[in-house]
Amino acid sequence: MTELFPNLAIASGEIFLSVGAMALLMVGVFKKDSVNMVSWLAVVFMAITLFLTVSISGEQAFTFNNMFVADGFTTFMKILVLVASALAVIMSREFFKLEGDDRFEFPVLLVLSTIGMMVMVSANDLMTLYMGIELQSLALYVLAAFKRDSERSTEAGLKYFVLGALSSGILLYGCSLVYGFIGSTNFSSIASAISNLDQAPVGAVVGLVFVLAGLAFKVSAVPFHMWTPDVYEGSQTPVTAFFAVAPKVAALALLARTLYVPFADMSGSWQQVIIFMSVASMILGSFAAIMQTNIKRLMAYSSIGHIGFALLGLVAGNAEGLRGVMIYMAIYLVMNVGTFVCIMSMRRKEDGMVEDINDLSGLGQNHPAMALALSIFMFSLAGIPPLAGFFAKWYVIVPIVNAGLFTLATIAVLASVVGAYYYLRIVKLMYFDAPAEEFVEQKSYPMKIIATLSAVLVLAFIIPQISSPVLNSAEAAAQKLSQD
Amino acid sequence: MEHFPILSAITFLPLLGVLIILSIKGEKEIVKRNARNAALLTTVATFLFSLVLWFSFDKTTAEFQFIEQADWLGGGIQYKMGIDGISVLFVLLTTFIMPICILCGWDTIKTRVKEYMIAFLLLECFMIGVFCSLDLVMFYVFFEAGLIPMFLIIGVWGGDNRVYAAYKLFLYTLLGSVLMLVAMLYMYGVAGTTDIPTLMQTDFARNAQIWLFLAFFASFAVKMPMWPVHTWLPDAHVQAPTAGSVILAGILLKMGGYGFLRFSLPMFPIASMELAWLIYTLSCVAIVYTSLVALRQTDMKKLIAYSSVAHMGFVTIGIFAFNVQGIEGSIIVMLAHGFVASALFLCVAVVYDRLHTRDIDRYGGLVNIMPRYALVFMFFTMASVGLPGTANFVGEVLVLVGIFKVSTWTAAIALTGVILGAAYMLYLYRRVVFGELTKDDLKDMLDLDKREILIFTPLVIFTLWMGVYPTTFLDFIHVSVENLTAQHEASMAAYHATIETIEDAAQAVTGH
Repeated sequence: MTELFPNLAIASGEIFLSVGAMALLMVGVFKKDSVNMVSWLAVVFMAITLFLTVSISGEQAFTFNNMFVADGFTTFMKILVLVASALAVIMSREFFKLEGDDRFEFPVLLVLSTIGMMVMVSANDLMTLYMGIELQSLALYVLAAFKRDSERSTEAGLKYFVLGALSSGILLYGCSLVYGFIGSTNFSSIASAISNLDQAPVGAVVGLVFVLAGLAFKVSAVPFHMWTPDVYEGSQTPVTAFFAVAPKVAALALLARTLYVPFADMSGSWQQVIIFMSVASMILGSFAAIMQTNIKRLMAYSSIGHIGFALLGLVAGNAEGLRGVMIYMAIYLVMNVGTFVCIMSMRRKEDGMVEDINDLSGLGQNHPAMALALSIFMFSLAGIPPLAGFFAKWYVIVPIVNAGLFTLATIAVLASVVGAYYYLRIVKLMYFDAPAEEFVEQKSYPMKIIATLSAVLVLAFIIPQISSPVLNSAEAAAQKLSQD
Repeated sequence: MEHFPILSAITFLPLLGVLIILSIKGEKEIVKRNARNAALLTTVATFLFSLVLWFSFDKTTAEFQFIEQADWLGGGIQYKMGIDGISVLFVLLTTFIMPICILCGWDTIKTRVKEYMIAFLLLECFMIGVFCSLDLVMFYVFFEAGLIPMFLIIGVWGGDNRVYAAYKLFLYTLLGSVLMLVAMLYMYGVAGTTDIPTLMQTDFARNAQIWLFLAFFASFAVKMPMWPVHTWLPDAHVQAPTAGSVILAGILLKMGGYGFLRFSLPMFPIASMELAWLIYTLSCVAIVYTSLVALRQTDMKKLIAYSSVAHMGFVTIGIFAFNVQGIEGSIIVMLAHGFVASALFLCVAVVYDRLHTRDIDRYGGLVNIMPRYALVFMFFTMASVGLPGTANFVGEVLVLVGIFKVSTWTAAIALTGVILGAAYMLYLYRRVVFGELTKDDLKDMLDLDKREILIFTPLVIFTLWMGVYPTTFLDFIHVSVENLTAQHEASMAAYHATIETIEDAAQAVTGH
């Protein structure tokens, strides 16, 4: 059944933000020195979009001929994406003001890629999926190379672009195979077509694996992670802070929906793939990070490891697992945003931004508040209770154990012990070692507020009044999605 | 059961102290002084508060008391606190040791006093939480959270090789604990709840029990510590500041023993029975081997650390004797070790503060100039050896009586530990205290001052009290331990009955 007029209300958030992005572009072009204004307007637009997204959430609804879906899951994930993006814009202000090179394109590109991410989250068709990914990625390629005159930044952008284009190609190839063998690009149609077959055609399985490979690149799961450390290191820090959270959330949401809705009945085929990616990511993420000396590279490997953990939830293939993933990403967002605020505060008078982890030496004496916050984030990333990171891991490992995958659960917890080693190294540097040269005092209130708020949230997740909204809404949304 | 949430109050009172210390601002010296005062006041208040438990604990029931319950994370995971005869004395031990810890770092800690006090108060909160939790997740959270302050205490205020020791402590313990976490998740999946009293009644299949037991064992054996995973302890003890050592020996080690009593024995009775040989072997090795190692030490703290491992060997043997004497004995040994080992570390600290070395060879003839110190050190040396009239004697005798009923060989080997214990402790005492005072730098050492006497007095009193009249303490634990052994026997009887029916059925089939 084709609909003549799509129900635009369901996509009102995306539509509003798209119009907003164009408006911002105009403001930027025609008004001189308007970077500050454009940035804050972008934040306001994202806040309005957030409000719109929340206000239409409720029952599952489709539009654009079933190509676009909105339900509890999309709302949850879009909130995360929007919050992460808005925070990235706010965090970038201080950086660009001090660093110079303050251009209005940054917030505009960031908003455009946010729209792409929202489309990814809401995709219910292989074509929407691809559209969303491309809109997101093209903006991200530019952002990675945003510092034009820097070799590292251009290299990061180019690397990201070439590998990203390759992965898009793989993804498209997979999509075409699925279409060829199943006969539809729509998620719901694919699902019903597969459930009517006794056995999925081999071509569709191959197509699925290609799709997974393409998506794995976007979440930077091993073995498609190679770009991550270089891009994280080469990009400017606010860009890295953005890369570390929002695109990961969106891509993981897309991956989850792809696995849970169209290919739910082929779980036998994809489960091993996800298990492999998850185990490989966790192990590589924890071991490779040990040797890093650059904090941004370290965070890149840390994010690979965390994605491995998040993928664990998908392995179980049920509502409980999906809930785990959603909670994981929410907590991951808070921890990472907080950590990156701290990284952006690593600035010296003469050297400017510093990125070596040895620069953190003795931070506990020079900047006690920053050291306290950063150590809270590090312990949380390591998954030590009572901090939020522990509960993130708890909620993805529970479904794994319930599914009887004890070996997998054991590997996961052992990997987290290895991971604890390098997070502890940062705590050790800050508290046990002799002080290095002091950093410039962080004066920006927004940065201080973000760091404090994230630290408090990480600490207070254990209090039921704080955690239950996240837990309950994730549970409801996950139940809904896996019933279909 | 609407009563005042006394357990939560005791557990979280130290956090209030943390907030107070955080709010202290002003000049450096004033901040230091106020931080010390606030920490001492908080720990003393917590101790006084916990005395309520001492007086109003019902000694006639094995049920959990002072229960508090509230929803927490949903899905059967609750906030649940409660104590029984097994845990009540550990809570009191913790609140009792804490003011002593704060006092013993009073003058010696000069840098970052505020953070030091905060770390200790956090640690107290987590330790009390471990003994009060009646929910697996809560237990795990408190159990693991304690690592963070301990890591910082060793790493920031420790000795020269502190970073290595801090890492070793953290990663060793974490490695053991995450395996326990997987086991806990399995139990949650099977029983659908993390409520500890309910899980005690849940029957897990034999094979599952073996795996679960081993996973919990991995965690508790490291914490205990048992041979061969004890190597973190000497490092941690040597590098930790005195108060850290006291906490480590006095309370953190008891978490392992407590874990065995709270989880392994009641939840996995069959596995405990079948794997008891493993525990006996490891404990016997620990007792003999670490005693011999202790004989050869040149560092005073290391020597006492190894003696701790040997004493903990008695604890595990007693627990896995599965009878009332054995288990009561092991609890008494743990409490006694809490007093005596803490006091011994404080004795080391007394001379360390004056001479800044723990090398035994640097000392000798202290009795000539420090008579009071010699007396106190003598008392605790004797207590550690297990002289009748001190707490250790009661515990060790009970453990040996208990194990003798089960395994004579184990009892015989464990007994050699008592002899070796006398050997290394007396040898240490002779080298440090007796002899001629020949070394020049010792000659102007001062005897115990008021603060130090104040620290040692309560420890002496309790060691004697527990040695002379242990009934006071045994009354608390007796009913709970009897209940524990009775339940254990019942579940073993049920298990053997099922095996027999299966064998009968098998015979009936083959007979046809």
